[in-house]
Amino acid sequence: MSDPALALEVRNVTKRFPGVVANDKVNFTLRKGEIHALLGENGAGKSTLMNIIYGLYSQDEGEIYIDGERADIKDPNDAIARGIGMVHQHFMLVPVFTVAENIVLGSETTNGPTLDMRTAHQQIRQLSVDYGLEVDPRAIVEDLPVGLQQRVEIIKALYRDARILVLDEPTSVLTPQEASDLFRIMRELSDRGVSIIFITHKLKEVLAIADRITVMRRGRVVGTTTPEEVDEPQLAAMMVGREVLLRVDKEPATPGDEVLVVQDLRARDDRLVETVRGVSFSVCAGEILGIAGVQGNGQTELAEVLTGLRPAMGGTVYLGGVPIPFQEPRFLVENGLAHIPEDRQKHGLVLSYTVADNLVLNTYYQEPYAQGIRRRSGPILQRAAELIKQYDVRTPGPQALVGTLSGGNQQKVIVARELSRPVRLMVANQPTRGLDVGSIEFIHRRLVEERDRGVAVLLISAELDEIMGLSDRIAVIYHGQIVATLPAEEATREQLGILMAGGTVAERQPAG
Amino acid sequence: MSLGSGSWIAPLRRFVAAISLPLLSILIALLIGALVIMIDEGSPLEAYRALFHGAFGTQAAIQRTMEKATPLIFSGLAVAFAFKGGLFNIGAQGQLLFGAATAGIVGYIVTGLPAIIHVPLSVLAGALAGALYGAIPGALKRFRGAHEVITTIMLNYIAINLTDYLATGPFRDTTPGNIVARTPLIEDSARIPVLGDAPGIPLGFVLALLAGLFVWWLLARTTIGFEISTVGRSPHAAQYAGIRVTAIVIVTMALSGALAGIGGAVETLGIFGRYQPGFNVGLGFDGITVALLGKTHPVGVIFSALLVGAMRAGAPQMQFSVGVRPDIIDMVLAIILFFIAADLIRRWLVRRRGERVVEGEEIMLSTGWGQQA
Amino acid sequence: MEATLPTTAQDNFFYRHRLMVGLLLVIGVIVAVAHSQEPRITHAVLSATLRQSTPLVLGALCGLWGERTGVINIGIEGQMLLGAFIGFLVNVFTGNLFLAVSAGILMGVLLGLLLAFMSVTLKMDQIIGGTVINILALGITGYFYQQGLTTQGKLQPLPLGPLADIPLIGPVLFNNPPITYLTLFLVGFSHYLLFYSRWGLRSRAVGEHPRAADTVGINVYLMRYVNVMFGGGMAGLAGAFLSLEAVGTFERAMTNGRGFLALAVMIFGKWTPLGSWGAALLVGLTYALNTQFQFLGLGEIPPQFMGTLPYLITIIVLAVFVGHARPPAAEGIPYEKE
Repeated sequence: MSDPALALEVRNVTKRFPGVVANDKVNFTLRKGEIHALLGENGAGKSTLMNIIYGLYSQDEGEIYIDGERADIKDPNDAIARGIGMVHQHFMLVPVFTVAENIVLGSETTNGPTLDMRTAHQQIRQLSVDYGLEVDPRAIVEDLPVGLQQRVEIIKALYRDARILVLDEPTSVLTPQEASDLFRIMRELSDRGVSIIFITHKLKEVLAIADRITVMRRGRVVGTTTPEEVDEPQLAAMMVGREVLLRVDKEPATPGDEVLVVQDLRARDDRLVETVRGVSFSVCAGEILGIAGVQGNGQTELAEVLTGLRPAMGGTVYLGGVPIPFQEPRFLVENGLAHIPEDRQKHGLVLSYTVADNLVLNTYYQEPYAQGIRRRSGPILQRAAELIKQYDVRTPGPQALVGTLSGGNQQKVIVARELSRPVRLMVANQPTRGLDVGSIEFIHRRLVEERDRGVAVLLISAELDEIMGLSDRIAVIYHGQIVATLPAEEATREQLGILMAGGTVAERQPAG
Repeated sequence: MSLGSGSWIAPLRRFVAAISLPLLSILIALLIGALVIMIDEGSPLEAYRALFHGAFGTQAAIQRTMEKATPLIFSGLAVAFAFKGGLFNIGAQGQLLFGAATAGIVGYIVTGLPAIIHVPLSVLAGALAGALYGAIPGALKRFRGAHEVITTIMLNYIAINLTDYLATGPFRDTTPGNIVARTPLIEDSARIPVLGDAPGIPLGFVLALLAGLFVWWLLARTTIGFEISTVGRSPHAAQYAGIRVTAIVIVTMALSGALAGIGGAVETLGIFGRYQPGFNVGLGFDGITVALLGKTHPVGVIFSALLVGAMRAGAPQMQFSVGVRPDIIDMVLAIILFFIAADLIRRWLVRRRGERVVEGEEIMLSTGWGQQA
Repeated sequence: MEATLPTTAQDNFFYRHRLMVGLLLVIGVIVAVAHSQEPRITHAVLSATLRQSTPLVLGALCGLWGERTGVINIGIEGQMLLGAFIGFLVNVFTGNLFLAVSAGILMGVLLGLLLAFMSVTLKMDQIIGGTVINILALGITGYFYQQGLTTQGKLQPLPLGPLADIPLIGPVLFNNPPITYLTLFLVGFSHYLLFYSRWGLRSRAVGEHPRAADTVGINVYLMRYVNVMFGGGMAGLAGAFLSLEAVGTFERAMTNGRGFLALAVMIFGKWTPLGSWGAALLVGLTYALNTQFQFLGLGEIPPQFMGTLPYLITIIVLAVFVGHARPPAAEGIPYEKE
């Protein structure tokens, strides 16, 4: 038996997977109407715990209590029936369906076997009014901006009378303004008695919104505390187990000549929508230009055009003073481009190749790795061994398949490859996404080292902390255009947040 | 890379694992085949004995096995090669037909050449025909997004019709008394000979083995092979690597078609001496079976082709001696293919050890019909 | 954009498909004119079109029920062939046409079960799985078929009373054997089921975003199994149609590529039942015209060239239309519950 005042209690829950204990005797309580943050690095076990609560996994040991009663949650239907709703980090929405179809999926209103969407629309409109979450039930989800899509996910949970709401990394796709909106909604919900678990790795948010904070590390609960009792450095230390450098140590930049000049660039995305709408900027040698912006404002396509993976519809790009041909990655690589791609498993690596082959992925045809069309495995393996050592890549050897490496080590392979040749311009797109703190620190250090060596670094990231910590200058992209460029020392979170959401700031530098 | 004392054990273990699966699959399939024969009131033991005898029992049989295996090696290589490039070339049948027809035509139309020129010329013509016919679906896929499974099958049927037309129309054998649709007999200078006597080794078979060697070398040791392989595993990563994906896809399909075309040419120039429609129905799917049985590795393809070739060579003997019809071989092959493709045995073993395995050779072709990369 | 799948049923159907509707009107006018000039030939062409389109649309339905839930089925050819064969055999040995058709359908369902097992449970590559079915079908039918077996009758046309007397459309549409009627019903039924029912919504969700469906408690594996088997039944029906209604007997490899043509029809029809029906009629028309041209002895064109027409049209259709088509997002990818 558990305390009925607790909406949820997790007692001694353990979950094992082959080779790892994802949850190790986890104890966790959720009071009614509270906002409880669950903090931890990638791989700490937060998602596993939530998946157990939501019925996607079942625990090996331990019990779960809901409203004081023992609960064996068999599957998501069961969890939903018990009032647990989950808003996933990667939305569980069918893009081609309407909002209403997504909301009712699995709990459809029907007239016999036939769908009754009219009733569904009415019910959704009612929920919108009740909770202040405006959505159009007939809109097609993939046409909606990300913030609205998230709203649909929340309504989905409320439609099923969720009394416990789990939000998994909800702000990773939002502007600071949208995040504030979300916090307001969370407050309202908790005021109405909905208990909220809020999973994140962002320390500032936790301190801003949570009633209580539980920190997990390597599958164990490190401690539970409140925002009044801790500060950022303490939380970070709890998360990682040691002192964490929250800011990167760097000297001021000494920029040289312009290396990359972008003029009036235009490009379309895969659905033929113009998402880069006249972008101009430049990056000098020895500086880091950070492009801040919420996912979906054209950064992806911009980076792809600059690195030869996408055609441009207009505009020019100069590398070292020379206009570049579009869609020629090889030309760029041979002229000093290093590219850390946004999606490392899609573009940056071939998972079923060895580490050695991945390390020559874009240089395999050059001497000494090949002679004419004959490849030479000796030099390839030798180089691989060197780089593995130099970058401390944890792997059984150069012949190991890169798919067996952890995310951090995979990223190290990419960094090792890109930086082991003469480089003038480095394009790093979300370089630390999904990585553990150790790998993040490593990559940040390397980026600054390259800058100090005279490389021009273009950093694109959705993590505002990363942009603010590393950049010398910051440009904000919104709806496919650079809306502002400012020196990093002058930029504040509030300013950037407003700019990222398309607003204007009283004193801002002219764009470009 | 230094050779530590144990570093040859892992590859050996991998090799043993690699062949034990196909061997087990063949065993199980033969058992099921035996069951079917018994249901049909035959004696499996006698049937299989006759089959073996027909394939290996006499020197003529061994030669026949090699002859049957030859086109299978070529079409198996064609399919396997395309697989490596991430493409499912079901059109090997059509490419083979065009290769056969073209070789047959060049073989009789061109006269006055010494064999040392005429034979390579005719083979080359067949290769070119196959290459062109194979490049079409490659181009359609890259430029229009048309999935090669459907286009190659359609092109197979078109090839059957068109080569039929060639043999009944402009290149028909008009020797008096001939009523069959076929091309005239090729010049002696275009014939691919049989080497030796006991058993005679068809030169075409030797060519097939050389082709296998070439394919292996291309894929394992050259930059072009690396490019093809990369495109096959991850077109996006290939793009990132600076590889021209469209060119590679078309080249892959062309090379694949060329291999099939050579297979057809060798059939015409080495066995039949002319192009006669209907000479090899069903080789299309056999090529796929051989490629998959051989796990798309050139060496595997050769062994599988020998296996299937042996079965096909011995089948008439089985029918003659015991009355079991050759179609049972199709069923046996389908079952073998099922077991190999389903990887049941390996999965079962892996599950028992409780590990998760990262696939080094996972073939995933089903990327949907309309997607460009 | 016309590129998205038609999923909401509320929008006006005729407006959204105005291109198709316009085309149909034009065709209607042409047909009316042709009928007034050469009624017999027009009738022959239209009947042949309907007859040739039936197995194609059934095959397309089979394909689309699978693909809408995320399973690619290229084994339709094998399912049709074995359906035809089993139906034929049952008819030979029992003389009962109803039983024979049912047996054909059942055979298709069983092969659907096999495909689902390979794709969903074993998580094999689905194209290889479909190929296994095709090879298996060729082998089994080749081995067990003996010359000289004759069916005991084939399915006869059933005129639907006064409807069959309407000029032109009457004899073509309302004087057909049962499977043809059943096919038309299945097209309409599939349309309803897919877009207007709870089952259809869930099936489509499974094919677009299976994890989303999983997290709201839908059993992805079960839905794929059932839909693929349901589709398999239709492929089996197509085979039964061939051996028991259209031809009246069994011949080796009698499906002759129709299973693959059906896939192109499905893609052309944008993975919708009604669209597939239209596309099937088009391909059926090329078959019918082919036969007519051969009869009329347009002797200049060699028969083999005409014989390539259905396949050529398919390639052209694929090349022109597939680039703009959007298949279900999760098709071909085996689903892993984490």
